[in-house]
Amino acid sequence: MNITTTIREDGVAVLAADGRINLVTAPTVRREVQRVVDEGHARLTLDLSAVEFIDSSGLGALVSGLKTARTAGGDLRLAAASEQVASVLRLTNLDRILRVYPATDDAYRD
Amino acid sequence: MNRGLLRLVCVLAVLAGLDYVAWRWLASVNWSAWWIAVPLVIAETYSLIDTVFFAVTMWRVKVRTGPDAPPAGTVDVFITTYDEPVDLVLTTARAAKAIRYPHSTWILDDGDRPGMRAAAQREGVGYVTRSDDWVDKPRHAKAGNLNNALFQTDGEFLLILDADQIAEPQILDSTLGYFADPKVALVQTPQFFSNVDEADPLGNQAPLFYGPIQQGKDGWNAAFFCGSNAVLRRDALMELGIVGYVRDVEQTVRLSLRSADRMLAKAERSARSDPDAARLISEVRGHVEDANARLRAGESVGEVTYRLQKQVDEVSRSAVRSDVAAMAEDLRAIAALPVQADSELGAFVVDEAALDRLAERDWSPLGAIDSVQRIADTLAVDRPGQAQPVMPMATISVTEDMATAMQLHAGGWRSVYHHEILAWGLAPEDLGTMLGQRLRWAQGTLQVMLKDNPLVKRGLTAGQRLMYFATMWSYLSGFASVVYLAAPVIYLLTGIMPVTAWSVEFFARFLPYFILSQLMFLVAARGLKTWRGQQYALALFPLWIRACWTAAANVWFGRKLGFVVTPKERSGRAPIPWRQIWPQLTAMAVLVIAAVVGVLRVIAGTADGLGTLVNTVWVIYDLVVLAVIPRAALYRGPAAHAARKEPRLR
Repeated sequence: MNITTTIREDGVAVLAADGRINLVTAPTVRREVQRVVDEGHARLTLDLSAVEFIDSSGLGALVSGLKTARTAGGDLRLAAASEQVASVLRLTNLDRILRVYPATDDAYRD
Repeated sequence: MNRGLLRLVCVLAVLAGLDYVAWRWLASVNWSAWWIAVPLVIAETYSLIDTVFFAVTMWRVKVRTGPDAPPAGTVDVFITTYDEPVDLVLTTARAAKAIRYPHSTWILDDGDRPGMRAAAQREGVGYVTRSDDWVDKPRHAKAGNLNNALFQTDGEFLLILDADQIAEPQILDSTLGYFADPKVALVQTPQFFSNVDEADPLGNQAPLFYGPIQQGKDGWNAAFFCGSNAVLRRDALMELGIVGYVRDVEQTVRLSLRSADRMLAKAERSARSDPDAARLISEVRGHVEDANARLRAGESVGEVTYRLQKQVDEVSRSAVRSDVAAMAEDLRAIAALPVQADSELGAFVVDEAALDRLAERDWSPLGAIDSVQRIADTLAVDRPGQAQPVMPMATISVTEDMATAMQLHAGGWRSVYHHEILAWGLAPEDLGTMLGQRLRWAQGTLQVMLKDNPLVKRGLTAGQRLMYFATMWSYLSGFASVVYLAAPVIYLLTGIMPVTAWSVEFFARFLPYFILSQLMFLVAARGLKTWRGQQYALALFPLWIRACWTAAANVWFGRKLGFVVTPKERSGRAPIPWRQIWPQLTAMAVLVIAAVVGVLRVIAGTADGLGTLVNTVWVIYDLVVLAVIPRAALYRGPAAHAARKEPRLR
């Protein structure tokens, strides 16, 4: 799995991951979120369009990322989740806490 | 036939052979020319063993007069085809439909041809093609075709016919009765070809095999299954399939659990920086070690894998549980933040059902660790690489028939050879096709020898071991033949002798052996024409050698054999297969030159007269044998090609 991070003009950090977010790759997600927040970008969007699979450890990384962002006064939002990712989020009701937006541009319309 | 006389000749031939070969080893090897002397005496020993095997086969020749019981049971008649012309298959199907005993007729079309399907429908016979399970799986040629059909039909017995085999109406009436013995799994009848004339230059008829040899093997309860014109018991095949499946799974589980431990140890070391993964790996590893210990202690594979499966599931569930607990903890921390109170935070509920789902194999966090994932695959005992978990027909060889029969015999089943022509087939009509077919038979037989050697295979009787090994042994003859061709040439050209002397003692020991073994063949053959068979046994030496190395390369190094389906109908003039027969033609030229040089050397006074005489006779014998090759190459099919239209020529 790889994560490509870009900072948009409005200060929102877009983290685009690909492949599988699982037991092995989840720590990478946590570290990347921490790094971006430490650099002062507390508003993050995680672009999941290229993520094909997520397991419970991956979910843990998302929630941990949310905590990191919220603690810094920001937020973590998800965009463009694939079918498997969406069903795992639904199964745990996390989709009600971590809203999934259709595209990264929609995540901070509010 | 006089069995007493045959046994007497067998004993005498073997004794004379032992006497000759013992004398050769102990007293007459010309060690100063060891490079030809030793190969020759080894070749002679090879031939003696061949003679002994033949004698053992003949010892128990069993001439059956037909079954005692009346025919009974339900029957499916299978006609196997791949690319044979639709008309040819239909002729076979019509004859099969006309078989008197009640049965269902099926065309097993591995070519999945719409034309064949339509023709089968018109003719009112069943039509079977591979199910979707076979997509992207190994197809296993004819064995796969039959295995597929076995799961789409339900007759108690199966009559198997090649696409060109025209069955007689009484074929089932004459054979089904043998199955009254509940241990009989196979009744094989001869393969006889209607498109072969008297001269039979391609040696297609195998009267010695479909006669004395099969009857001899039958005496040892080792009659071979030859792929067509045979009736099989479905139960026996299914049992083979299931036993094979269980054995395969057990072996796979044992092997992979043993290697799993090593893989996990490695994974554990490389995951040191990732404590979560490392902890899971070490938990799974503990369970795998326990499973291995239980296997060693003799616990059944079923119990061990079941327990391990449960344990791995539990590891997965506890990983999910700890992930969920961490998430709940994080969410509580978020809720405690002074800002942005989020009413939805309490929505995070992971009930037992959700937890189970997250821990299932496809979503489990364990899936992230390859080594653990592979263990999970091992525990899923469904042979994911195969189209059907149960493969009744053996698939270890391109000659599925021999491999299957050997499995049946090892499983305690009995076989019958019924010596009555009940189906008429088409033989290859040109040398190239014939060579392709012989090569495949030889390769298949040698594959079985290398993969599932009858000498050590559990369940076979001593006699059965010998009968199977004898056939395999005969396919090693190519190497001996090269020596038999080279030895006289070397003598005639250079005077180097592989034996110490062409003495009276040599003749006194060699001639009785030679004459008695020829006599043994003569008595065994009961007046059948076996000369063609003898010719081809020697003359196809390049083919037998090629079969040996291609089969070895296939079994040991996974190289392709180059499987060829034998075309059953000649399309135009077949070309002369120069690439296959140049070694024989070269050998013939060398033999002639050697004979001429030998005679010239006698005239010049530089060679011994008696030695030259012996070796010239030897060369002439070799030439007469090899002469079948140019004759076969020029052969253009039988004069009466219309024979198939009127196959009842008995």
